[in-house]
Amino acid sequence: MATFPTTVPVDVEPITGRGGAAPPSRRSDGGDGNGGPFDYGSAAFELRLRRARLGMIVAISAIAMIFVSFTSAYVVRQGLPTIDPRTGTLVHDWLPVRLPPLLLLNTLVLLVSSVTMELSRRQIAREAAGTVAASAQHANRSQISWLALTIALGLAFLGAQLVAWRELAATGFYLATSPSSSFVYLLTGMHGIHLLGAVFVLLFAGAAAIVGKPIATRVVILDVTGWYWHFMAILWVYVFCLMKFAR
Amino acid sequence: MATRDFTAHESHAHAAPQGFIRKYVFSLDHKVIGLQYYFLALTAVFVGMFLSLLMRIHLIWPTASIPLLGEIKPETYLTLLTMHGTIMVFFVLTTAPQGGFGNYFLPIQIGAADMAFPVLNMLSFWVTLLGYLVMLSAFFVAGGAPLHGWTGYPPLSAVPSAGPGEGLGADLWVTSIALFCIGALMSALNFITTTLDMRAKGMTLMRMPLTCWAWFVTAILGLLAFGVLFSAGILLLLDRNAGTSFYVPLVVVNGQMVGHKGGSPLLWQHLFWFFGHPEVYIAILPAMGLCSQLLSVFSRKPIFGYKAMVYAILAIGLLGFMVWGHHMFMSGMSPYTAFAFSIMTMAIGVPSAIKTFNWLGTLWGGRIRFASPMLFAIGFVSLFVSGGISGPFLAQPVLDIPLHDTAFVTGHFHLIMGVASIFGIFAATYYWFPKMFGRMMNERLAQAHFWLTFIGTYCIFMPMHYAGMAGQPRRYSQFTTLHYLEKLIPLNEFITFAAFVTIAAQFIFVFNLFWSMKAGKKAADNPWEATTLEWITATPPPHDNFGGQTPVVYNGPYEYSVPGAPKDYVMQTDPSIVAAAH
Repeated sequence: MATFPTTVPVDVEPITGRGGAAPPSRRSDGGDGNGGPFDYGSAAFELRLRRARLGMIVAISAIAMIFVSFTSAYVVRQGLPTIDPRTGTLVHDWLPVRLPPLLLLNTLVLLVSSVTMELSRRQIAREAAGTVAASAQHANRSQISWLALTIALGLAFLGAQLVAWRELAATGFYLATSPSSSFVYLLTGMHGIHLLGAVFVLLFAGAAAIVGKPIATRVVILDVTGWYWHFMAILWVYVFCLMKFAR
Repeated sequence: MATRDFTAHESHAHAAPQGFIRKYVFSLDHKVIGLQYYFLALTAVFVGMFLSLLMRIHLIWPTASIPLLGEIKPETYLTLLTMHGTIMVFFVLTTAPQGGFGNYFLPIQIGAADMAFPVLNMLSFWVTLLGYLVMLSAFFVAGGAPLHGWTGYPPLSAVPSAGPGEGLGADLWVTSIALFCIGALMSALNFITTTLDMRAKGMTLMRMPLTCWAWFVTAILGLLAFGVLFSAGILLLLDRNAGTSFYVPLVVVNGQMVGHKGGSPLLWQHLFWFFGHPEVYIAILPAMGLCSQLLSVFSRKPIFGYKAMVYAILAIGLLGFMVWGHHMFMSGMSPYTAFAFSIMTMAIGVPSAIKTFNWLGTLWGGRIRFASPMLFAIGFVSLFVSGGISGPFLAQPVLDIPLHDTAFVTGHFHLIMGVASIFGIFAATYYWFPKMFGRMMNERLAQAHFWLTFIGTYCIFMPMHYAGMAGQPRRYSQFTTLHYLEKLIPLNEFITFAAFVTIAAQFIFVFNLFWSMKAGKKAADNPWEATTLEWITATPPPHDNFGGQTPVVYNGPYEYSVPGAPKDYVMQTDPSIVAAAH
């Protein structure tokens, strides 16, 4: 008969997973748990930043899937023939679109905005570190400029995209003219809507600075929006190349 | 209870919101949001069930006059079919197991105080509710609800003149689906982040209950699948309203040439089923996870092959993305492509069989307690096997082509995706009701509910397989006049009567649910003597789940009948006995 030990060795320290996390905050602007204050560099701050970044990576993969499906539709639709009712033969209705040259300039604007976004992201982290070191709350007005510049470039890009739409329409390519032009409007529009969301978040971050929200909160917002913004820039380059080289 | 003194360290206690609106309507608490999802699904399931009953009545009494509706016309039948499918798949099978129970119990089971992003969580629910209301509103607009089936194949779904309900009704349908996608994506984001980043100390991935694994993988599937459906829906909306030709070829619809050319209905089918097949697993995986949990708890045995179960869930999730083509064997497909999809589909049988044998292995030699949650879990295994066994048949193009448009497929997917998942929801309700509402459900009513539903659903869906093999087509509003199907009329009458009885039995459940909330026996903190974290906290759980403490986890989730332990179960937070199994 098998015998079982009546006691087994006790492992006092549990295996630590990714856990050990403090409870999440109920509010988006600080007052997080862990008993400590929500300051830049505090445990609660690091936790919030890590979580927000993880969430942003997940969100980016969801948005990527949207454009993956558009791409697959693009490739499939491009290869499809259609029947010409007059001749009864199979023809292709995909008319190559000559993209407005303005889009090249727009690409440049968005890439530059990606740089200013990164500068803004680093700047506020430095500012926050400086605030902690000096333990003073004086706001440095000159520091808001990178953020403002990014917002301005983002809005300029979006406005110029609208102008590019008008130029495209002026050459006779409307949404329903050809599947190729349908995709141009669809891809640029979908990208524009996603970028517009990021512009609103940056405006919110700017407003948060003006009304004196805690700087640690703004660091988190600008950090993850920076990731998102870079993704938008890469995504635009991809969309642009797709429209340009697979037309 | 002794289980309450788990090792914990102090953490900041959140103030619970005051006032009815903040507490129960616009709540950020994952538990309230979970209940909101649950009750949304409960109303939706009754709408969907009512529609199916009308269909069953019409099939055997085609000229019967229904009160308020009158005689059901063929196009009305198609409307019923479309809305039944859509509401059931999206607002019941996707909403209750993941949005409902996942929201409520994932944070508690991993020892977190809430979801990672509570505001986003609230938004997910409200967008989903909005989607549901838009879906229902399609019934009340001019032309009524659409008739293109839950799969919405163009050109029917893309041309407003294709039929009644294809005008505004179909626009509302697509809008509702797009809203649902947004809600589901936000929810998936929350689930993934929460699982990866908010587990309590000691809660390693391989110590998570299988329910959490299932919710986690389901969220990944949702994250990758709903974006594709969203894109497909945008293209459909453009085809319908902006004159584009993504899906609509040059075709004559209702005697009129459409203003489109060159589009491909197959493009929609590929995009739709790339979502649609993972959706099947989105509906069934949470039920699988729950079933694994319950079989272990009520057999008083560790789950058989925990790691194999985890890898099987992951394998099913991965393979689920590679098999969408098997829905399209009938749509025209290169035989080589069909062969590849066929092989991949049959490969899913392997992880599914691993799970099934592990469930049976868990039951083997256990001291089984036949409480109502256990009955439904065993019922789930039964339905999963019965419905799953016809999967390898349908996976083969040569068999699928004759069977695809028959009632055989209706029987197949209702057993495995519909009823099996619903059994998961029932099991979860009976199992977690004491934790959610602090009272026990009436066991006698629950057992009556189980037997009536279990036998009833088999009586409904098993005969459909035979009807299908005999050639009874699906989606036809009327076949009583078809000579070759005359002999099937008694069988169909039997199915309809079985549906009446089964639907009537669901009122036992609803009565039990609401009556027990008020008058059920008071529940102990851990009435099932289970080990996972939701059973160490108070009943119902406090606002931050653990009353200002954070649990520390020492054990795996299935430590039952551990040799040398004082009781036949060891809580996950119990440091005194570390299971020899690990």
